[in-house]
Amino acid sequence: MVEDVKFRASYNFAFIDESTKKEVRRKILKAVCIPGYQVPYSSPEMPISRGWGTGGLHLTLSLIGPRDVFKIIDQGSDASVNACSLRQFVKRMTGCEVTFDTAAATLIQSRHRVPEEILTDKQILVLQVPQPEVLRGVERYEFKTRQMHAEADYAKIWVSLYEAYVRFGTMMRGSGYPIRVNGRYIATPSPIPRWDVPNLSMAHCLYLFGAGREKRIHCIPPYTKVEPLEFEDVLFHVEAFPGIRCAASGEDNAFLDEIYDDEGTRKFVINDSNFLDKVRSGPRPSQRLFTNPD
Amino acid sequence: MGYVAVKGGQDAIDNAAELVEYYRWRERPQPIETTQVRSQFRLLIDKVMGEGSLYSPEHAALALQQVEGDVFEAAFILRAYRATLQRRFYSDTLNTRDMFVQRRISSAFREIPGGQVLGPTRDYTQRLLDPSLARDTPGIDAFLGEFESRIDRTKLRGVTSFSKVIDLLMSEGLMRRDQYTDEDRRVVDITREAIKFPAPRSARLQMLARAETGGLMCIGYSTMRGYGESHQTVGELRMGTVPVRITDQSGRKRYIGRIKVTEAEMIGRVAVKKKGALPLLSVGYGLCFGQNETKVICMGMLDSALRNPNVNSPGNNQEFVLYHTEGVESYGFTNHLKLPHYVTFQAGLHNLRDVVDRAEKQRGVRAAEFAAVAAAAAATPKPRL
Amino acid sequence: MQGTNGNGHHDGNGWLLRVRGLTKIYGEPDTTTLESTGPAFNSNICPRSHAIVALNDISFDLYPGEVLGVVGESGSGKSTLVQMLYFDQDPTSGAAHFRAVDEGQTNLFALSNQRKRHARNHLLGMVYQNPRDGLNFGFTAGGNIAEKLLMAGTFHVGRIRERSSALLTRTEVPVGRMDETPAAFSGGMQQRVQISKAIANSPPLVFMDEVTSGLDVSVQAKVLDLIRQLQRELGVSMIVVSHDLSVIRMLTDRTLVLKHGHVVEHGLTDQILQDPQHPYTQLLVSSLL
Repeated sequence: MVEDVKFRASYNFAFIDESTKKEVRRKILKAVCIPGYQVPYSSPEMPISRGWGTGGLHLTLSLIGPRDVFKIIDQGSDASVNACSLRQFVKRMTGCEVTFDTAAATLIQSRHRVPEEILTDKQILVLQVPQPEVLRGVERYEFKTRQMHAEADYAKIWVSLYEAYVRFGTMMRGSGYPIRVNGRYIATPSPIPRWDVPNLSMAHCLYLFGAGREKRIHCIPPYTKVEPLEFEDVLFHVEAFPGIRCAASGEDNAFLDEIYDDEGTRKFVINDSNFLDKVRSGPRPSQRLFTNPD
Repeated sequence: MGYVAVKGGQDAIDNAAELVEYYRWRERPQPIETTQVRSQFRLLIDKVMGEGSLYSPEHAALALQQVEGDVFEAAFILRAYRATLQRRFYSDTLNTRDMFVQRRISSAFREIPGGQVLGPTRDYTQRLLDPSLARDTPGIDAFLGEFESRIDRTKLRGVTSFSKVIDLLMSEGLMRRDQYTDEDRRVVDITREAIKFPAPRSARLQMLARAETGGLMCIGYSTMRGYGESHQTVGELRMGTVPVRITDQSGRKRYIGRIKVTEAEMIGRVAVKKKGALPLLSVGYGLCFGQNETKVICMGMLDSALRNPNVNSPGNNQEFVLYHTEGVESYGFTNHLKLPHYVTFQAGLHNLRDVVDRAEKQRGVRAAEFAAVAAAAAATPKPRL
Repeated sequence: MQGTNGNGHHDGNGWLLRVRGLTKIYGEPDTTTLESTGPAFNSNICPRSHAIVALNDISFDLYPGEVLGVVGESGSGKSTLVQMLYFDQDPTSGAAHFRAVDEGQTNLFALSNQRKRHARNHLLGMVYQNPRDGLNFGFTAGGNIAEKLLMAGTFHVGRIRERSSALLTRTEVPVGRMDETPAAFSGGMQQRVQISKAIANSPPLVFMDEVTSGLDVSVQAKVLDLIRQLQRELGVSMIVVSHDLSVIRMLTDRTLVLKHGHVVEHGLTDQILQDPQHPYTQLLVSSLL
């Protein structure tokens, strides 16, 4: 009997079909084995627009199981519109428990921020990546950048940092600061602020990076050395908020958002929405803080 | 006023979805039926099926209806839908010589075996705005009745398939089948693996076949205007239905139906690299779902152009053409700029403020230096001449 | 010069660069190609296969601190020679051994891409006729030199700028223009930046490919003079390619004369200029002012 499946509305668990999930998982394993190396993968289309988190979703949906507890943030906020849209999708496709609580999540998907609270060896952080090719700014052709990575030919990106410093007095990379992973591949940490970059090195958790549109996965495994590119005499600094405290909680030592109220007054508020909720209602969660060199 | 955390993102997007529906229905119009979209927006559906890379006029019609006619969104929906479907078979290669031809022309020759069949086309109509569709109900029955009465049913059996114009050129030795034997001829499935460059021809053709029509048109046009080397002629353009066959698990060939495709064979010249080699004719190939002639013509031109890499012209550059005509990816990424970017923006502001501060300090230092020099000069007595 | 006998020929050991049987053919040769081309036929082009023989079985040695000239008209193969030694092109056949690479044990053309790149960064320098081939106009003049220093392992901005300034000063480029892109420089100054870049890591061997041919005559002399001074100061070995014998006369100790891919004459530059043996060399010398 031929079943009429014309306008079927039921989907496989986690939306993606099983053989594609297998392929993505194999590619994830390869990425774990070669820290910082961009592994090409099939990147099937999703009902979410390219550039809006399909890569993150591919990783999440290939790894997620019915007992996972899922958290998703965008620019640090659980309540941000795109985070809500993606959360809705994942919940609908998996029936998983979802949470805003960083400590309670087993799988966290994030756009452009690493949570302030330390992640454990039971947690995976999936980061959404718009442009995985850290060399794309100095070399537009994919076949050339592939060769450059294979031969560890990173001259051009070093020169671009030098030129930026010479021209502007700083290396001018506000976010997406280039990093060297495990002493070999230079990679992008995705457009996270410099504040978050030190958190990537020698962490307990697993960091996965998914670029859906460009079809690449890369990884920073736990206990891996990650070094932001710097010169001996021009060192990496994280953002400083001298003398500034969060207007909502009075705390400092966290990445702050600038906001403008209706009168046009500028205020600063802790960016990580769950961290902010926690410091306002209880003990401050543990963080890994970086001290800027003098 | 205390700080109010930005909650309610979920509410915002739920309300946004409702507002879309509100704007759709608020004039209380007569709802369109999906079958009406399917039959009366045939060419739009063909475009969406091609870019959505899924041959199903009904699904395309539904998608178009769902998104109020936004073609980018409709193609996107089809692609996403396609991604959930299980791939059971790869069809046998379509043989367009078996096509039931509805339209078939050649610009290369005035007369060809089988004749030029203009078929259904608006190419030779005047684009005058015709209000009659808005005003009157077209007399469909009368029109069809009259039209069908002119068909001579005894002649229907005489319709055979048509040979290809390029066969003529091959038999004369002006075109050869084995022209590009040194190119990468692996057959890959671009939906199953990420393509690396330089890409094999099968990947290039697949990407061109599902490319966004406007993007292809833009770059194809540029190659005709001096941004590339393109001097091509339509060797043959044909549109019609072709049978689709698969080989099942037991090895038997099965016929699963017919699909409508448009095909173009664009005739150009092989780039001559060796002295003494003849500049024989080459085929730039274009094929897509439904009737979309602009797409296959441009596809054929770009197929040829991509075989002759040239850093000075975008149309001859694989990475440029294939990355940037991919409609779903470009639509997504250009529109992703609407997403919040405040963290990255702020990080940039931090940097900029440092630079500005530094520049001001420098100015301050220089101003002080200048003042010191001027003061010293004023204090020194000037020599008398 | 150490190790030479009266004819200007070295005693066979102590070479810095040894090239044997270097051949480059463009197109598809057949069995007659090598025998049917060359000065005797007044042509590089094989009459049957239309293959072009740019270089045919070139062999020579280069000693430390020596400057070798390679002279010939355009089409003689002289630029091809240095381009292959700098890995811009692959030879059809032949071997080159370089004392600075595995003490001369390994054929340079058999090196991996990575080792070739290492050699280009640390052990070789190249100055092209067209500055756009040797400089990246997207970077500043200082940035171009910085590229070499970075790849040699200097990751200290202060030291990079110090060394770049020193090099630019030595090549008479105003240091104040270090942070400008070479696009704004005159032709002569662009060549000076190239020279700075080529010697940035003090390589033992530098190639000069028609370095002054694109410059005004008035500028040429100054650049040539600079090259001569630098060579003396640094003791670097050079291969100088030129169609202009006056350049060869000014800079080189020994010379190879190429015609249609063959060496028709070689020896001490002074001797060749005073007493050219081959008719082609005589022709070149006679047109020397």
